[in-house]
Amino acid sequence: MPQLRLLPRRAWAALLSQLLRPPCASSSGAVHCHSQVAKAVLTSQLKPHQDKPNFIIKTPKGTRDLSPQQMVVREKILDLVVSCFKRHGAKGLDTPAFELKEVLTEKYGEDSGLIYDLKDQGGELLSLRYDLTVPFARYLAMNKVKRMKRYHVGKVWRRESPTMVQGRYREFCQCDFDIAGQFDPMIPDAECLKIMCEILNGLQLGDFLIKVNDRRIMDGMFAVCGVPESKFRAVGSSIDKLDKMSWKDVRHEMVAKKGLAPEVADQIGDYVQCHGGVTLVEQMFQDPRLSQNKQALEGLEDLKLLFEYLTLFGISEKTLGERVRTTETQVFVATPQKNFLQERLKLIAELWDAGIKAEMLYKNNPKLLTQLHYCENMGIPLVVIIGEQELKEGVIKLRSVASREEVAIKRENLVAEVQKRLSKS
Amino acid sequence: MPQLRLLPRRAWAALLSQLLRPPCASSSGAVHCHSQVAKAVLTSQLKPHQDKPNFIIKTPKGTRDLSPQQMVVREKILDLVVSCFKRHGAKGLDTPAFELKEVLTEKYGEDSGLIYDLKDQGGELLSLRYDLTVPFARYLAMNKVKRMKRYHVGKVWRRESPTMVQGRYREFCQCDFDIAGQFDPMIPDAECLKIMCEILNGLQLGDFLIKVNDRRIMDGMFAVCGVPESKFRAVGSSIDKLDKMSWKDVRHEMVAKKGLAPEVADQIGDYVQCHGGVTLVEQMFQDPRLSQNKQALEGLEDLKLLFEYLTLFGISEKISFDLSLARGLDYYTGVIYEAILLQSPAQAGEEPLSVGSVAAGGRYDGLVGMFDPNGHSVPCVGLSIGVERIFSIVEQRMKTLGERVRTTETQVFVATPQKNFLQERLKLIAELWDAGIKVAIKRENLVAEVQKRLSKS
Repeated sequence: MPQLRLLPRRAWAALLSQLLRPPCASSSGAVHCHSQVAKAVLTSQLKPHQDKPNFIIKTPKGTRDLSPQQMVVREKILDLVVSCFKRHGAKGLDTPAFELKEVLTEKYGEDSGLIYDLKDQGGELLSLRYDLTVPFARYLAMNKVKRMKRYHVGKVWRRESPTMVQGRYREFCQCDFDIAGQFDPMIPDAECLKIMCEILNGLQLGDFLIKVNDRRIMDGMFAVCGVPESKFRAVGSSIDKLDKMSWKDVRHEMVAKKGLAPEVADQIGDYVQCHGGVTLVEQMFQDPRLSQNKQALEGLEDLKLLFEYLTLFGISEKTLGERVRTTETQVFVATPQKNFLQERLKLIAELWDAGIKAEMLYKNNPKLLTQLHYCENMGIPLVVIIGEQELKEGVIKLRSVASREEVAIKRENLVAEVQKRLSKS
Repeated sequence: MPQLRLLPRRAWAALLSQLLRPPCASSSGAVHCHSQVAKAVLTSQLKPHQDKPNFIIKTPKGTRDLSPQQMVVREKILDLVVSCFKRHGAKGLDTPAFELKEVLTEKYGEDSGLIYDLKDQGGELLSLRYDLTVPFARYLAMNKVKRMKRYHVGKVWRRESPTMVQGRYREFCQCDFDIAGQFDPMIPDAECLKIMCEILNGLQLGDFLIKVNDRRIMDGMFAVCGVPESKFRAVGSSIDKLDKMSWKDVRHEMVAKKGLAPEVADQIGDYVQCHGGVTLVEQMFQDPRLSQNKQALEGLEDLKLLFEYLTLFGISEKISFDLSLARGLDYYTGVIYEAILLQSPAQAGEEPLSVGSVAAGGRYDGLVGMFDPNGHSVPCVGLSIGVERIFSIVEQRMKTLGERVRTTETQVFVATPQKNFLQERLKLIAELWDAGIKVAIKRENLVAEVQKRLSKS
C-alpha cells in the first residue's frame, strides 16, 4: 500500500520540474506552457510557504494507483470480460471522460451531490461521467441509432464516501454491455443473463446466484398490498436493503420512518420472502391477489418466457490458478565474463526482432550470479548465455531457470531453438 | 462525425430516464441517486426551460466518441504498442485520472491555463492529469522506488485550442514507456530508441526518421555562439520551430522578437543546419569551437556511445543526429529524440497529411539528487507514443484505400430457413458460446466442425 511521504516543498518542486516532459508531437503551445510551469515551479521554491512547509504526496481521497501486480490481475479479468462481450457480437465504444453538465444532470444540479463537476474555467460547464449508461444514451440520441449491441469498459467517477475495505472508490472501472433496440421479447434480456453467467463462471469466484425480478411485478405487488402509489419508491428502496438488513429491521424502517401501515408491511413481508425457480413464477400466476393486477401479470408473463430461454441456454462449468508475474519476459540474455556487452546487445536485438520478450541488465559487466538471481525473482523461464568459450565454439548456452539444466546450441539457431523451448512450456 | 442534434427537452428527459440503469453490485446509495436523478429528470420535464427550449446534444469541445470502427483501429494500434513495451520487460502501471492540484501545479495555479481543474466541492482541490510523467514521478517519490521500467497507457486532458484536423484534442490517449534508475550509460537510452523503431515499423506507417540531439550539446552550442545564458530557453524554443518554419523566419524571430544579436543568430544557423549519422558526431568532435566546450563534449561522448549501441541493435540508419532538435529543453538533461514520418510522394488521390511528430522523449535526470539529504538521484529516460496522431493517419489512409473495418469479431452466425426454430437456434448458439467460439453438418459434430473451419481460415 502506498505510504504518505513528506517531501520538503523545494524538493518536490525540483522533482516535478525534472520530470515534466513536454507532450510528444509538435505542440509548441504546450511546450511553452510546460516551460512556464517549470519555471514558475522552480521560482516558487524561493518563496517559502508559511502554512505548509512540507507537501504530502498522495493520491486523491478515494483513488489509488494500480501497482504492476494489480495491473496483471486486472488485465486478466478485463480480458475475460471483453472476450465474452465480443463472443456475443458486441461492438466496442468509447466516450469522453466528461460530458456537458446538462447531459448528466439536466439542471438537477448540486443536489445530486455525487457528480464531480469541473471548474468553470470560462468554457462549457462539464462534469465527469458517473456511469457509462448516460453517455450511451447520449450517443444513441446524437447519432440517431435505433439498434446497437455495444460494450464499454471505462472509468467512472463518484464523490461518495469511499469505504476502501469493500472495494468502493471514487474512481472505478465499469464494464457495461447493453442491447438497444426493439426486438422480440426477452431474447436480449436472456442473453444478458447468459453473459453474466459466462463471466462469473469464467472468473471462477465460486458458486453464484443471479436474482431476477420485474419492476412491474414489484409495483403490482405494492399495489395489491395496499401501498399508496406515492410511497412506491420509498418502500422499494427499503426492500432493496434486505440483502444487508433483516426483514425485522426493514419492516421497522418502512413503518416507523416511511409511514407505512403495519398490516401493509406484513403483507409485503409475505411476498418478499419468496424466491425460487420457474415454479415460483407459476405459483404467482395462481396467487389470488397478484393475478388480479394487470401490471404484475405482464411482468410474470415475461419472466415465464425468460425462464424458458434461460433453460435453453443452460450453463456450463470450467476450472484453473497461479503466481503473479509482473512482466512477461521469456528470455534473459546473460554473460559470465566481462566485456561482453556488445555480444549481449546483438543477441537481444535478434530476439526482439523475432518478437521474443527479452531482457538484459543495464550493466557493462554484470556478475553471473546477479543475473541469474534476477531471472529467478522475475520468473523468467529461459536464459541465453554467451561467454568466451561459447564465442570460440560458435555456440550459445540455453539454460532453464527452473531446472538449471544447460544445453549448447549453434549460434545461428538461436531464435529457432528459443522458440521451440518456449512453445513447449 | 457526430452531428449536433436538437431534441426537445422533454424527449431527452424521457430517453434519459428510460436508459438510466442502476449500476451493478451493491451500491444502494448510487441506486437511490439514480432513482432520484431519474425522478428529477422526469419531473423537470414539467418545468419548461425559458432560455433554452431545445437542448443541443454533443460531446464537449475538443472531445469525441470513438465509434466501433474507430475502436477496432485503436485497439490494434494499442495492442502493438503494449506488446512492444511488454517484450522489453516493462511493467504496467495505472494512476488516477486526477491528482491533487498541488502535485500538478504547485500553486502555479490558474496561470498555467492548460490544466483542467475540478470544481471545489468542499473536499481536496483536484486537477485532471495532463501527462503521464508527473504521475509517474509522484508514484516513484511516494513509494521510494529507485528503479523501475514501466509503461502506462492512459488518457490525459489539456484545455488547449483543439485543431481537429491535425488530430489534437482536449482529451487524448498517451502511451508512455520510461526507465527510472541509475544504470551503465546509454544502454536504456538505446533501448528507448529501439522500442520507437519497433513500434513505428510494426505500425507500417511508411518510412520514418528519428532525430536525436542532446541538451548539453545544444547549450554548449549556444554558449560558443555567444548566446547569453538568460536567452538559452527563448532561443531554444525558436529553434524548436524549424520543423515548421524556415530558417529565415526563425532567425527573424530570434533577432527581432527575442533580441538576439544578428551575428550570433548566424553562427547558430551554421550549426542547426547540420544533421547526419555518427560521422557528424565525429565531425563535431573536431569542431574548433564546440570541442572547447565541456558540456558539449560530454553530450558528444554520450551520442557516440549511443550510436555504437544503435548499430548493434540494427537501427542506426533510422537515426539522425540533428542539431536543430530542441524539444523544450527545460526538462531534459541529456539525450532527446523525436520521430517523424517521411512523406512518400503523394499517392493517387491522397492529400499529404502533415501531423508533426509521432513519438518523442528523452533523458531527464537529477531529480531526487538535488534535494535528497543522502544525495540519491533517480535518473530517468523515456518516450511517449502519439497514438492520436498515428490514429488520424491510419484512419485517413483507410478512408483513402476504402478499407472496410469489421466492428465485431463474430465468427459464426446461427440461422434457420424455417419458422419456429427459435429453440433450436438458442440451444445451438449456447453450445457455440460455451465452446468459446466468436454449415449441413451432423448435430453432434457441431463444435468440432466449426473449430476445424475456423482454424483453417
